[in-house]
Amino acid sequence: MFKIKFIAQKELWHILRDPRSLIIAILMPIVMTLLYGYAINLDIKNIKLAIIDFDKTSTSSDLMGRFYNSGYFSEVTNPVSINNPEMILKKGQANAVLIIRPGLGEAIQKLKSMRNIASVSVDNYELGLIVDGSDANMAAAAGSYSSIVVSQVIKDNLPLGFEMPGIKISRQVLYNPDLKSSHFFVPGLIAIILMMISALLTSVTIAREKESGTMEQLLTTPITPRQIIIGKTLPYVGLAILDGFLVLGFGVFYFGVPFIGSTLLLFVFGVIYVIAALAIGIFISTIVKTQQLAMMGAMMVTVLPSVMLSGFIFEIKNMPLVLQIITYIVPARYFLLIVRGIMLKGSGIGLLWVEAAFLIALAIVLLSVATKLFKLRVS
Amino acid sequence: MPDTVIIEKLTKKFGDFTAVDQISLAVGEGEVFGFLGANGAGKTTAIRMLCGLLLPTSGNGTVGGFDIYRDNENIKKSIGYMSQKFSLYGDLTAYENLWFYGSVYRLNKKTLKNRIEELSEELGLHEFLNRPAGNLPLGWRQRLALATSVLHRPKILFLDEPTGGVDPVFRRRFWGILYDLADKGTTLFVTTHYMDEAEYCHRISIMHHGQIIELGNPSDLIQKYQQPNLEELFVQLISKKSEKATDV
Repeated sequence: MFKIKFIAQKELWHILRDPRSLIIAILMPIVMTLLYGYAINLDIKNIKLAIIDFDKTSTSSDLMGRFYNSGYFSEVTNPVSINNPEMILKKGQANAVLIIRPGLGEAIQKLKSMRNIASVSVDNYELGLIVDGSDANMAAAAGSYSSIVVSQVIKDNLPLGFEMPGIKISRQVLYNPDLKSSHFFVPGLIAIILMMISALLTSVTIAREKESGTMEQLLTTPITPRQIIIGKTLPYVGLAILDGFLVLGFGVFYFGVPFIGSTLLLFVFGVIYVIAALAIGIFISTIVKTQQLAMMGAMMVTVLPSVMLSGFIFEIKNMPLVLQIITYIVPARYFLLIVRGIMLKGSGIGLLWVEAAFLIALAIVLLSVATKLFKLRVS
Repeated sequence: MPDTVIIEKLTKKFGDFTAVDQISLAVGEGEVFGFLGANGAGKTTAIRMLCGLLLPTSGNGTVGGFDIYRDNENIKKSIGYMSQKFSLYGDLTAYENLWFYGSVYRLNKKTLKNRIEELSEELGLHEFLNRPAGNLPLGWRQRLALATSVLHRPKILFLDEPTGGVDPVFRRRFWGILYDLADKGTTLFVTTHYMDEAEYCHRISIMHHGQIIELGNPSDLIQKYQQPNLEELFVQLISKKSEKATDV
């Protein structure tokens, strides 16, 4: 027990002596939070929309006004060519082009003077919308935002007492009512940062001792491999938890992400998750011999899956089956659900026990495999 | 003199390659025992087995009275090891290195402080104690490495090429320190390929292709083979062996 303390203390000296690792550990979470918060904004706003008006009535200019005042679209002035809308998209002047064919004014007039529902379908008037599909999210948003604007126009022009025909969906978004992406990425970022700090830094620090020959020196002393591992990883547990709180604090106080659930519960799961991450770091360091390889290995094995295969950015359900299966061994997958559940929905253990069980099992398996392998390799 | 290291037919194989081939020897308390041989002769592998860093493939052995298969923990408490590589923490100061290794051996604070004081006095390390170990000149690094490996007063000290790359004056001083240790009863196991150093040893064993081909007191061996010095003796022995090998 005492020996573990000395190893941990020595490791702390290393961390404090090496400004690079400190910078990585403290600055990276802050930079990444800001980066994700501003640069990778998943909220789609200001879709550049060019409108070509062939109708040229007061109705059509009213429609244009509604589009540009909706907050979703920004105006494109002087598009290159009104005869060739595709050119506008190709040149990147706009993300979408709305073509108002002649007859809009008439169609709206007819709508106003309508006496019964049956007459609506008689006269079909179509607006044309051409969307740049190279940005799929943007394209989808442009389509649905346009529908919202147009249906509002129709609704406003219906004679009194008429309702919109058909079935309506009344949508209510819970837990993240504004659909802000910061609510979505902060939990994911906590998962990634914890994984990065724990796995990357531990694998590098163990590889460093192997590379410099100090590991061999240590093994001739009465210290056991297990004590070495525990002692060396302890400071990084502390560092990872500090970073977790850093991202959490930034998310809650700066980006206004809600935190409804229990901090203690999140902390407990955070520690379990960090243990799983450390195990991966130890695992990597037993296989590789140099710090550089350890760093690359850790990036490959921890950071990439945590970003790509955890459901952080891409929906797991939409992945090919092989990748879906792989996600089951990505600790971030479970931790992400736990963090989102606790922060945004206030979920307790009663709702999260499945993810918790998977995470705990994964941590135990990874840790025992890693320490066994480590002992095997050093002796 | 009781024997502190006894090995019988100790063998280590890596796959098809036999690094150490059935070596047997007994080393007494306070003896300075030299392991000579060309690079790759198996010296380091032999020492690593005795330190508990490697498990032997076959053969028996005890170090400090403890079995090398079963009593690894006790062996580790009674030995010191100084490797040929600089294996201290370059970013920690000399004092921190000493403090860390001393703590690992569970020396209490007071004892540790005294020992560090004593050793820095003996080895002239005082002025370097607060400098990062990585910045020390080579010779001083080796003194520091020696200091860390004897802090806990091991009964047996293994030194693997301790003076590699150090100038002759420094080497001579270093050996003076080793002799003091031996006088106090520490058994020293030294590998080297400097023949002048080998002459400082009480007894030497010459290794070739994993086997001990000669063992004895340096001056006795010189007489036996009627060579002017150890260097000639070594060259003659090795080339004889190599000829035989090519004859077969």
